[in-house]
Amino acid sequence: MIEFTPRKIQSSFWAILSPIISIGMTIFIGSLIFKMLSYPVMESLYQVFVSPFSRPDRIADIFVKACPLIIIGLGLIFCFKANIWNIGAEGQFILGTLCAGSFALLFPETKTYMLLFSMFIIGFIGGAIWASIPAILKVRLNVNEILVSLMLVYVAMLFIDFIVRGPLRDPMSFGFPLSKVYPDGAIISKVDFPFIGFLGQFHYGIFIILILCPLIWLFINKTLPGFQIKIFGSSTRASEFAGFNKNKITFYVLLVSGGLSGVAGVIEVSANMGRLQPEVSFGYGFTAIIVAFLGRLNPYGVVIAGIIIATAKLGADNAQMVLGIPKVVTGIFEGMLLFFLLAGETIQKYKISIRKDN
Amino acid sequence: MTNNLNAMKFIEVKNLSKTFDQFLANDSISLTIKNGEIHALLGENGAGKSTLVKCLYGVVKPTDGQILINGNHVTINNPREARSCGIGMVFQHFSLFPALTVSENILISLDEKITKKHLEDKISIIGKQWGLPIEPTKKVLDLSVGEQQRVEIIRCLLQNPKLLIMDEPTSVLSPQEINQLFKVLRKLANSGCSILYISHKLNEIKQIASKVTILRSGKVISSTSTSKISTTSMAEKMIGKKVKKITKFSKNSFLNSLTAISINNLNRKKISQFGTELKNISFNVKYGEILGIAGVAGNGQVELMNALSGETLGDPDEIIFEDKKIGNTNIKFRRSLGLEFVPEERNGHATVPDITLTENTFLTFYNTYSKNNNFLDDILLSSNMSSNDSISIINDNDVRCPYSNPLADQLSGGNLQKFIVGRSLKANPKVLIISQPTWGVDIGAASEIRSKLLLLAKSGKAIILISQDLDEIYEISNNICVINNGSLSKPKITSKISAKDIGILMGIN
Repeated sequence: MIEFTPRKIQSSFWAILSPIISIGMTIFIGSLIFKMLSYPVMESLYQVFVSPFSRPDRIADIFVKACPLIIIGLGLIFCFKANIWNIGAEGQFILGTLCAGSFALLFPETKTYMLLFSMFIIGFIGGAIWASIPAILKVRLNVNEILVSLMLVYVAMLFIDFIVRGPLRDPMSFGFPLSKVYPDGAIISKVDFPFIGFLGQFHYGIFIILILCPLIWLFINKTLPGFQIKIFGSSTRASEFAGFNKNKITFYVLLVSGGLSGVAGVIEVSANMGRLQPEVSFGYGFTAIIVAFLGRLNPYGVVIAGIIIATAKLGADNAQMVLGIPKVVTGIFEGMLLFFLLAGETIQKYKISIRKDN
Repeated sequence: MTNNLNAMKFIEVKNLSKTFDQFLANDSISLTIKNGEIHALLGENGAGKSTLVKCLYGVVKPTDGQILINGNHVTINNPREARSCGIGMVFQHFSLFPALTVSENILISLDEKITKKHLEDKISIIGKQWGLPIEPTKKVLDLSVGEQQRVEIIRCLLQNPKLLIMDEPTSVLSPQEINQLFKVLRKLANSGCSILYISHKLNEIKQIASKVTILRSGKVISSTSTSKISTTSMAEKMIGKKVKKITKFSKNSFLNSLTAISINNLNRKKISQFGTELKNISFNVKYGEILGIAGVAGNGQVELMNALSGETLGDPDEIIFEDKKIGNTNIKFRRSLGLEFVPEERNGHATVPDITLTENTFLTFYNTYSKNNNFLDDILLSSNMSSNDSISIINDNDVRCPYSNPLADQLSGGNLQKFIVGRSLKANPKVLIISQPTWGVDIGAASEIRSKLLLLAKSGKAIILISQDLDEIYEISNNICVINNGSLSKPKITSKISAKDIGILMGIN
């Protein structure tokens, strides 16, 4: 029989080793899958894990891809630390984008970046409003936030679809469901690096992470509200005994996480699309859940996790183009990585021994 | 020796040892129980009582040693095998489904196949035979704790056991129910069934058992006839040192002091399906007074504690502190007025198990650290304060830590409780409301906690003590009232209320 005994002291040896082992196991099992599907193993692994790093512009694109994942993931830290399961970041992302985009389209010809600045605020509010629906239902009626937030994703998807096909459709779009192009003041421009020039799609929006990440780290670890969120998540009754307001915490973590998803949407669309379209997100809100957990709900961890997942996604694109490997392979890798990481966490928390029985 | 010379040994344990990892829970224990003997097993928490009993009942496999039944070597691999050897056990925490009837509960645990009707007849017969009256068609959720225990005992008796193990059977019973239980146990013993009686209550052991085996740190310290040993020396052998007697400092010197807190017609709805509704609870506590609230568990103590602490709210004038109406204020506000609370649940309510003692100090003190209570109150700033406070709590209350500033769940139950009580005392409360302060705490720590409470009352502070432990209530409180099914009896002076009266107030005749 296998016995799990909780470790008294967390093993720092395993804390470092377990993510490395998880990645190793993912690569190992991944190559078995490639082998079974009779793709060239080394070549496939090269395409998935190495090719995204093979050229400077490709490296830059990793950050472009990682940007929305990281920003949403940073927001989800709040919820997941408090044990509030916001599964609807995708919907909050869409709604933030839609609000900010509609606002931008009200002011064609605008050149000033004040517009972009207002869009960030409106995007945050839009995402927060969408997240406030599960928040209010949870606080007032104790409705499960997982179901409500998830179902609202589909409402948001259909809503943006309707808006882009109807009220906001560009008459000049030849019947395509696209809005007009954003005014200049609503576009996040690409970074023109000195001596190098443009690198892939690398844009200024990515720098927001440099501000957000340490800020959130400080908030979670060094302030009273951050402490309250952690305590609330680890023991509800004890947090009530301490006098923390349960409803306030539930409400605010959902609002912040929805708001940050909205901001991620504004950046993604303003930097890469420049107009509204039915599909503004490609499952970022769902992938970010994995990113948040891979990053162990630590802001810096989330940045690293976002980069790893983005690499795998771009690698899968390359693998598809070069070798014809189906793109869904990223899904498998994400799943395996998360699985091994959670397994690794068990090794960290428990001592595992095999007991001889009978 | 009251036993017959030719009384047979039913079970003999020889040099039984059990190790968990490096920890030696049982260290070559030897024990003999004769047919028809009531044998008490005495020891503090962690002395190894439970492990030994689990070895006998097949829940845990011993690392070393032998068990002989009627002179034959046996290995007991699981509870089913234990039952077929004639060993039955009544656990401290009952394993009954509240939504099922008595007979259904027994039916699902029986090894043999039997129809429900036949079983119901059997239950009635056994009930009559041993003095355990029970209605087989009643649902368990409608039974009192004492009746639930009867169900567990009947469940064992249906298997015709030769040895009945009872783990802390009286911890949840009223005085009357205890007497009833003792009658049943004596009757069983006279019929030849041996009883292994686990307890840490010395008077009870004197009263019911003929032999007592005392365990300390996994070893047998002494095994003698109860007529040859006094309760004092039993206690000393159990804890390994002299027991400090604690005395009430002053009797009723509080009579002329002001009323600290008064509760007026407090009502609360159930918090869960199996919770208790509080009905018209009223009482006053004066400064310098300790009011003991006795009662069998599950009669509204948890709900009362939540109402007093402000975790559930009501009308403003339900609770009046000095002259402030605070029935609708939250726990944070009540703390700022000088009320302090120690809830029953140590891990996960009074403290967060996976954070350090310093952080746990911060948890209830953060209000006092921040002057203006604004949004960005830096934990870094106050961490020095909470660390100083937690160190002084640890030192003042003799909290033994495995290393400095451990996580809360790395402390033993007794030490964690000393820390929690110490934290409340550190806040220098005017009123302390404390629930089950010494539940599951070893004798040494319990008497330290009780003397701290007496000292606090002596310094003119008011204490409300909610406890299941009647001895504790008698030992330190000035007035006693009893909570029964959500209603509270009128307070009576401790010296003027007998255990029998309390039993009647608990609703048992």
